[in-house]
Amino acid sequence: MSVPTLRQTQTREYSRIIGLGVYRPSVLVTNDDVCQWIDSSDEWIRQRTGIVTRHRAPAEVELIDMAEAAAREALEKAGIEGSQLGAVIVSTVTHPYATPSAAALLCDRIGATPAPAYDISAACAGYCYGIAQADALVRSGSADYVLVVGAEKLSDFIDNSERSISFLLGDGAGAVVIGPSETPGIGPSVWGSDGSKWNTIGMTHSLLDVRDLSDEAERDGAGNAAAVLGTEAKIWPTLRQDGQSVFRWAVWEMAKVAKRALDAAGIGPEDLSAFVPHQANMRIIDEMVKQLKLPESVIVGRDIADAGNTSAASIPLATHRLLEENPELSGKLSLQIGFGAGLVFGAQVVTLP
Amino acid sequence: MASNEEILAGLAEIINEETGLAPEAVQLEKSFTDDLDIDSISMMTIVVNAEEKFGVRIPDEEVKNLSTVGDAVDFISKAQA
Repeated sequence: MSVPTLRQTQTREYSRIIGLGVYRPSVLVTNDDVCQWIDSSDEWIRQRTGIVTRHRAPAEVELIDMAEAAAREALEKAGIEGSQLGAVIVSTVTHPYATPSAAALLCDRIGATPAPAYDISAACAGYCYGIAQADALVRSGSADYVLVVGAEKLSDFIDNSERSISFLLGDGAGAVVIGPSETPGIGPSVWGSDGSKWNTIGMTHSLLDVRDLSDEAERDGAGNAAAVLGTEAKIWPTLRQDGQSVFRWAVWEMAKVAKRALDAAGIGPEDLSAFVPHQANMRIIDEMVKQLKLPESVIVGRDIADAGNTSAASIPLATHRLLEENPELSGKLSLQIGFGAGLVFGAQVVTLP
Repeated sequence: MASNEEILAGLAEIINEETGLAPEAVQLEKSFTDDLDIDSISMMTIVVNAEEKFGVRIPDEEVKNLSTVGDAVDFISKAQA
């Protein structure tokens, strides 16, 4: 008996972003607020980071609520219904359940069930990872439309008294719908990882440590973290980074990745209308602009001043703002690059919706 | 290979470009943080530019040991040897 030939999905040539939506939470945290928790000043924070305020979500607004609000705007702008989605991808490191995924719940909330739905853990590169996957899914013919959401409630995983990263972070969500296109709308993704720097950004300790610390606390009647971890850590794990190492990697290694994304798309800096790097630190953004030798005509996303660093949500949030302030950017080319804990990175040139 | 004087002059140039500090203010005994008021982020920019200029590698863990301009000159000089 001969083995039958498998039928394949019909591939298509091009995809593009067809709708973008965001959610900015309501609580504004100023540098003066931050200085109640750490010994610093408004001037010091502005000078080192460029951050003036960050938006954080109140307790009653959960990660999934922010993701849903952003997704609904993206669907509306795209002019499609949730039921037309062929996949839902949520990029987050702050969904508070190891399982089930945020994506499955979001998928159901927006009427996209039974579309495939999954989360990806690629921290601040998560949005660009999601775009890479959605582009591949649409062009392979696996899906007509894919929703990519970057959503973070980082304020659930910070320690206000620590100085390496907590004061940089904000909450928020951004979402895009990727769909078929007549012309190329997403350049080749340049993405990767460097696990040799696994320890430079991440959580203070693992969920297994949380289990052991909780057991210990139950026995002692107090959260004696020191006995288990050998540190003054609290039971609840929070984010930490080695700022100097990360800064160096972010600027000089990521400028090279950004250049590769331009090369892969077959364009030069002069062809860009916008540059939207992950909003980690204004000094990183400034230095990257310098390294990439971007002409002054390129409009640079600098949403970090108001929004802080929102990890996977930062690129769509900054892009949304650029489009609101410069509607003429619609249809033009933007270089986007995400980089962060893993370490991981992803970059691509996209046509703005 | 650059002499210590050349390394000092090169560092002063890099520091001037990053911070605007006058090159003559950059002297061997000066502390990057206390005397020259160079923050950790500027320090990394200076380190990367120094690597390029002098063709040496200054690992992240080594940067923490470079407290004075003289420390940096010594390190670069030895790394070049």
